[in-house]
Amino acid sequence: VNRFPQRNLLPGDALVLAVCSTLVAWLAVVNWGKDAGDTLIVHSGDNPVRELPLSRDTIEGVAGPLGITRVQIEQRRARVLSDPGPRQYCVRQGWISRPGESAICLPNQVSIEVGGVRGFDSLNY
Amino acid sequence: MSNAHPQPDPSPNLGEESCGKEMIAPVTADDHRLARLAAIAIALSAVETALPSPLPGVKPGLANIVTLIVLYRFGLRDAAWVSGLRVVAGSLLTGSFLSPGFMLSASGACASLLALAAARYLPRTQFGPVSLSVIAAFAHMSGQLVVVRLWLIPHAGIAYLLPVLYGAALLFGTMNGLIAMRLMMRNAPHGPVT
Repeated sequence: VNRFPQRNLLPGDALVLAVCSTLVAWLAVVNWGKDAGDTLIVHSGDNPVRELPLSRDTIEGVAGPLGITRVQIEQRRARVLSDPGPRQYCVRQGWISRPGESAICLPNQVSIEVGGVRGFDSLNY
Repeated sequence: MSNAHPQPDPSPNLGEESCGKEMIAPVTADDHRLARLAAIAIALSAVETALPSPLPGVKPGLANIVTLIVLYRFGLRDAAWVSGLRVVAGSLLTGSFLSPGFMLSASGACASLLALAAARYLPRTQFGPVSLSVIAAFAHMSGQLVVVRLWLIPHAGIAYLLPVLYGAALLFGTMNGLIAMRLMMRNAPHGPVT
C-alpha cells in the first residue's frame, strides 16, 4: 500500500525546517557571537607596558632588545605590523581578535594578547 | 502504519536446514524481512565509514533512510529492530563494538527512535518524511551529545561546535528525508521501494 503520492515538501515540513534552521542560527549566535575581545594587552619582557582599547584604531611602537616592534589595531582586531626578529612568526600570524588569542615576538620579547570576557576554550583548557 | 504490519506466519519455518530442533524461537518470514532490511542499513553505514569526516559525529547517516522507510512501511517496532541490528552488527563489522564510537551511535539511535515514536503521531497530511528525518537527525545528534558531554568530553567547550553539529544534522536530515520520500513515491524510477 503506497501512501506516498506526494512529491514535494508539505507545509509541516517547511515549518520543521524553519524551526530547526532558527535553532541552528540561535546556537551560532549564542555560542560564537559574544566573545569578541575589548582590549589589547602588550608585554615587553616580563612587564605589561600598554593596555589599548580595541575600539580605537592605532599603530604603536614597543621597544625591545632588538628594536621597535610595531603593533596595529584596526576594526577591533590587532596584529603585529612589523618586528625586528629574524623569523617574523608573530607578524605572519596576522590578525587576532578573540579573548585569549596572542601573538608573541620571542626574539624581541614583545607579545600582544587580546583581553576581555572569554568563553571556554576547549583546546587550551 | 501499525495495521499494515503483517502478522507473523502462523506456521513458521522452524529453520530445520540450519538450526536444528533445539532452536527455541522459530525463524519467521518476519525475521527474514527484518534481516534483509537491516542488511541494507548495515551496508549503508559500512559504506559511510569509508567517507572522510571533518568532525567526529558528522556523518550523512544514510542508514537512517532505511529506518525511515521501515517506519513508514512496517511500523516503529520494525524500525527499532532494523536500527538496533544496524548499530550492533555495523559495529562488529568495523570492530568498534562497545567502543566510544559505538556508544555514540547507540545513544544516537535510541534518541532518534524515541523522537520518531513521538513524531509519527504528527498529521500525515502536513508532515512528510523530511519532517521525520530532520526531527530524527536532531534527536540523534542530541543523544550523541549527551554521551559526549557526560562521558567523553565532560566540559562546556563542546558548545562551540554545536552550530556546526546541528547544522550538519539539519543538512543531512533534509537530504535523507528527500531521498526516503523519492524512494517511497509511487512513480519512483524503478517503482516504489517495499
